[in-house]
Amino acid sequence: MERNLHRQLANMKKSLFDQGYLDEQFIQLEELQDAANPNFVEEVVTMYYRDSARLIQNIDHALEKNPLDFAKLDNYMHQFKGSSCSIGAKKLKNECTQFKEYCETGNGEGCKRTFQQVKKEYAALKKKLEHYFQFARQVGPVEKACRPK
Amino acid sequence: MGSDCSSVVAEELHVLAVDDSLVDRKVIERLLKISSCKVTAVESGRRALQYLGLDGEKSSVGFDGLKVNLIMTDYSMPGMTGYELLKKIKSSSNLREIPVVIMSSEKVLARIDRCLEEGAQEFLVKPVNLSDVKRLRDIILQGYENDEDKGYQKRKLQDLSPTSSLARDLTPLKSASASASAQQSCLKRPRL
Repeated sequence: MERNLHRQLANMKKSLFDQGYLDEQFIQLEELQDAANPNFVEEVVTMYYRDSARLIQNIDHALEKNPLDFAKLDNYMHQFKGSSCSIGAKKLKNECTQFKEYCETGNGEGCKRTFQQVKKEYAALKKKLEHYFQFARQVGPVEKACRPK
Repeated sequence: MGSDCSSVVAEELHVLAVDDSLVDRKVIERLLKISSCKVTAVESGRRALQYLGLDGEKSSVGFDGLKVNLIMTDYSMPGMTGYELLKKIKSSSNLREIPVVIMSSEKVLARIDRCLEEGAQEFLVKPVNLSDVKRLRDIILQGYENDEDKGYQKRKLQDLSPTSSLARDLTPLKSASASASAQQSCLKRPRL
C-alpha cells in the first residue's frame, strides 16, 4: 500500500520534470535531505515564495513607471532569476531570461508581456509544489516504505 | 616547532558564506554543513568585513572566536560586490591568506579573469552543488596538510609559490580539476 503511494509520488515528480517545471537542481536539493532534515526542499521553496513575493511586487511597480528603468528592472529580475534557479524552477528561469533579454534591448512591451508569463508560471509552480510536498509529507520518509509489515 | 599554528583551532573548516539572497544562503549553508564545515552566513560584503574584523585590523577571528578558513561570496550583491570584497580581503595583511571563492550565476569570462587575477581561489558558476563544495573543502584541507608537512608554523603571507596547493586554481569553469590525491587526503584529520 505504501509502495503505491511512493510510486504515486515518484510519478508526480516525474511529471513535473517531463513538463519542464523542474530541473536537475531540484534533485540536487532533494539529495541534501536526510533523516534530520527531511523537509529541507520544502523549507527552501517556502522561503523562496515568501522572499520573492517582494521582488514580484517591485517589478510590477517598476513596470508601471514611465519611462521604464530597464537597468532597475534587469536588476530585480536578476535577483528573482537567481533564486528561481536555486530551487530548480526551469520554466520560470527561462521566462526570466527572456525578460532580461527584453530589458537589454529596451523592449518595454516585451518585458510586460513576459512578466505576465512569469507571474503565471510562478503561481502554477507554487500550486504544483504545494501539492507535491503535501503528498510527500503523507508518504513520509523512504525508510517507512521499506519496513516490512 | 609547528605547535603554535594560530590557524589550528578546529577540526572542521570554518567557512564564511556571503550572499544577499536568502534562498542561496540557506542552500549554501546546507551544502557546507553536509560537507562537515562550520558555516557563518552573512548577507553582504560589509557584514563580512565586520565579521572578519577588518575595520579593527584584528585577526580573522569572528565573534565566536573561530578563524575563517574559506570565504565563499556571491559576485553580484548590492552595495559591495563579491569582487570588491575580494579586493579588500586580498589587500589586508591579516586576511589575504584566506582563500576566497566567487560564486556567480553568470559565466562572464572577463569577470572570471578579473576575479582570478585579483587572487580568487576559484570561480564557481551557480547553482553551486555538493560536489563543488566537497572538492573545494578537499583543496583547502590539502593546503593545510601541505603546510604541516613542510613544517610551516603559519602560512606565510607571501607564500604564493606555484607548488603550494593554494596557488590560484586556474580552472574557473565547473570542470572538476581536483586531483584524486586531494580527495584521499581528506581522510586524514589535519589540525586547522
